[in-house]
Amino acid sequence: MMASLRRSGLLAPSVLTIGALLILPLGLMAYVSTLERGPTGGVIWSQHTTDAYVQFLFERDLTDRLVVNTDYLHIFGRSIVVAAITTAITLIVAFPMALWMAFQPPRRRLLLVFIVTVPFWTNILVRNYAWILLLRNDGVIDWVLGRLGLTGEHINVLYTPLATTIGLTYSFLPYMVLPIYVSLEKLDRRLIEAAFDLGANRWLAFRRVILPLSMPGVVGGAILVFVPGLGAFISPELLGGAKSMMIGSLIQQQFGQSRNWPFGAALSFVLLVLVLLALSAHAARYRREPKP
Amino acid sequence: MRRLAIAIAAAAALSVPGLGVPVSAAEEKELLLFNWSNYMSPDLLKRFEAETGIKVTLDTYDTNESMLAKLQAGGAGYDVVVPTGPTLQQMISDGLVLKVDAGTFSNYKNVKKPFDNPGFDPGRAYSVPYMWGTTGLVYDSAKVAGGKIDDTWKELFEPRPDFVGKIGMLKDMGEVITAAEYYLGLEQCTEKAEDGQKILELLEKQKPAVKVYNAEGTVDRVASGDVTMEHMWNGSFHRAHAKLPTIVYVYPREGLNLWGDNLAVPKGAKHIENAKLFLNFMMDPKNAAEASNFTGYNNAITGAEQYLKEELRNDAAFNTPEAMVSRFRPLQLCSKAALDLRERIWTRLLR
Amino acid sequence: MTDATLTRSFTLRRFELWRFPGTRAVAIAALLYLYVPIVALVILSFSAGDSSLARWQGFSVHWYADVLANSDMLRAIRNSLLVASVATTTGTVIATMAALATSGPRFRLQTGFEAMIGLPLIVPDIVAGIATLLFFVMIGVPLGIVSIMLAHTVFAIPFAYLPIRARLQGLDPALAEAAADLYATPWQGFRRIVLPLIWPGIAAGAMLAFISSLGDVVVSYFVSGPGATTLPVYVFSMVRMGVTPAVNAISTLLMLASIALLTVSYLLGRRFQ
Repeated sequence: MMASLRRSGLLAPSVLTIGALLILPLGLMAYVSTLERGPTGGVIWSQHTTDAYVQFLFERDLTDRLVVNTDYLHIFGRSIVVAAITTAITLIVAFPMALWMAFQPPRRRLLLVFIVTVPFWTNILVRNYAWILLLRNDGVIDWVLGRLGLTGEHINVLYTPLATTIGLTYSFLPYMVLPIYVSLEKLDRRLIEAAFDLGANRWLAFRRVILPLSMPGVVGGAILVFVPGLGAFISPELLGGAKSMMIGSLIQQQFGQSRNWPFGAALSFVLLVLVLLALSAHAARYRREPKP
Repeated sequence: MRRLAIAIAAAAALSVPGLGVPVSAAEEKELLLFNWSNYMSPDLLKRFEAETGIKVTLDTYDTNESMLAKLQAGGAGYDVVVPTGPTLQQMISDGLVLKVDAGTFSNYKNVKKPFDNPGFDPGRAYSVPYMWGTTGLVYDSAKVAGGKIDDTWKELFEPRPDFVGKIGMLKDMGEVITAAEYYLGLEQCTEKAEDGQKILELLEKQKPAVKVYNAEGTVDRVASGDVTMEHMWNGSFHRAHAKLPTIVYVYPREGLNLWGDNLAVPKGAKHIENAKLFLNFMMDPKNAAEASNFTGYNNAITGAEQYLKEELRNDAAFNTPEAMVSRFRPLQLCSKAALDLRERIWTRLLR
Repeated sequence: MTDATLTRSFTLRRFELWRFPGTRAVAIAALLYLYVPIVALVILSFSAGDSSLARWQGFSVHWYADVLANSDMLRAIRNSLLVASVATTTGTVIATMAALATSGPRFRLQTGFEAMIGLPLIVPDIVAGIATLLFFVMIGVPLGIVSIMLAHTVFAIPFAYLPIRARLQGLDPALAEAAADLYATPWQGFRRIVLPLIWPGIAAGAMLAFISSLGDVVVSYFVSGPGATTLPVYVFSMVRMGVTPAVNAISTLLMLASIALLTVSYLLGRRFQ
């Protein structure tokens, strides 16, 4: 009884904050998605329509019939792929790094946590610009590689998907490193010692002890990278050449040049539903597995 | 380090605008400007402050559309805002700007025709002109055989092999599609689906030759040689030209966009009289020239020429030759149907 | 074998087996990856050129002088730091409470609650920004710097929550029982036992929340009132006419400030140990 009361007390602030400051506004936005567009942007509060949702999948052809339109699905698909790849690569880089950090002496550990985040006190635009300067032909990396005689011609990295991946992985690295580090750092050394004592080699100790215990961090990091990664558009536009749109730019455009607020709202809700479905599918699977 | 900290603390303490200070019946000596962050000369603002005693505080937005969206959603409180023509037209029809009757201001007589009576604000009932510019075609003459290209949009949309893969486009739906409309001889803001189809095909055919679609960084990518042909504003050209003298600004014969930024007073402004003073101040020739010198864009005030920087006067992109003036096409506000068509073309192009 | 020999061979083994091969190499490579652009960025702040995208054009400190003379920029920096500090503190406290609640026995609606906590991450910035603005205007919340703090607290919560939760998960429940046994009030038990154990999680969460707030553009833009423009909003606005190395200068100064902050807190921490 006391426990559940206390738990409610602990849960209340987040419920109130997110409830009042996000869920209510989102409700307003859901309402907006059912409204008629204003002629110059904004909405007409008195007129309702489902046009916004229809627009996601259909468009009107020359004879004013509804025809399936895959443009938006295509954009959604691409963003999901990019976010997934970014998450995977970030994980591959972050895990060993977090592992190394966790085994450092205690004072150095906190310093490393800090060092990982200091670069993000800088402004995101000039960070991306620095990448442009590094990656462009005749930029720093191109010049160095040329001088060292490693490459014959220009590297041609800027304005390609590779550049986008480099930029996105960069922006999201701390969001993957820190949760994994935090999980691994609490690892009881004695568990590993015990494993070694029992004759395990490094790989077995890793697989049976370290990996399972790092899972909460891995999952947390994956969520912190994948979900915001779906909406990322700055690195794709600056470093990737913007020849193809991401969900983030598409939705932003609806509130900008396209002046179609209801559609922008509708797109966000489609995105929201998709992500919530994915997350709950994962949660259901997690719950069915017995806890370690 | 410590001095820095003190300086920052002092600046912070001194710069808290109107927090909790009650507004008296007479307007406070304050002006809340909502603008791009480096679009107005700080010296000019200091001079305004010295002349009138009114302190100017700047808040910023990054595009006309964000500014419009914020005001449409109710984010008011600014005294002066700087919309481009079509955006101003929308704001007028939405009731988001106040009528100031700039036509009655003392400096109104300095305004050059046709800027004194533009289509988006007849008689300047709501605004005064600030900077204007054109969007043309830029190429590096050192990178093409013969050093010269034809003055037509064809060079951009159906480029020669010299430029393929090294073209930069503005990532602005309006700019790109109007350029296509001019080239194809279609009306600006067309609503017809067949026209849309033609535009889409043209842009899709061009796409493989384009290196990047981005409205920012045009100056640097041209100056560094990353792109050798660019869809570009004339002010950006001027800055890039200083770094790479071989580039040339082309006024395509099918027509090119003429856009104009304006100063207006949004609904909800608290210092309306100060705002009017500011609007009038900006129609003075010396001030307009200072603004041009700072931004590199043209002004709409007669008598400002004598105060302009030499480099600007000598730049054909800035000082348009008489023969080219007829190629200007004022940027228009499109109807909802036309905007829809554009959005579908754009999304299809970049899917 | 004697005790001494056992211990020695034990220590030797531990020393060599702790090192998972390759992790140090990856970590160093990753740190280089993180810092090479930063070095480029800092170097460029001393460039005499007028663009952050142009190559080095001679040494100059005038951008630093420019920043210090630009009251609008300084105000933006102040606003950003203020908002980030308040939002991070509030958000981290709220997130810690939420993490404590969800790491106990699983309760009904827990999945729903966790989805709610993750919601700020899923909603695109622009939708959150405009929705919050519409909402604030509708209920009459005055726009200023406080409105930004409110909006930022919302997304600080999930950024802080996930690392803290990861840290709490798998923490021996016997510890919580011991805490209940040893200390009279739950708060004491928390402060003496649980808090020190989850402290790295809280620190990591706070860091992530802080940098997320510092970097936010869209939400800050829409819910700010006059005079409350934050630094990223100011910088994004420079794009139209060109971003100057002044931004590189600010970024360098902010990094220095963060290092100064770390040094101060480190020294203070040492004093109180």
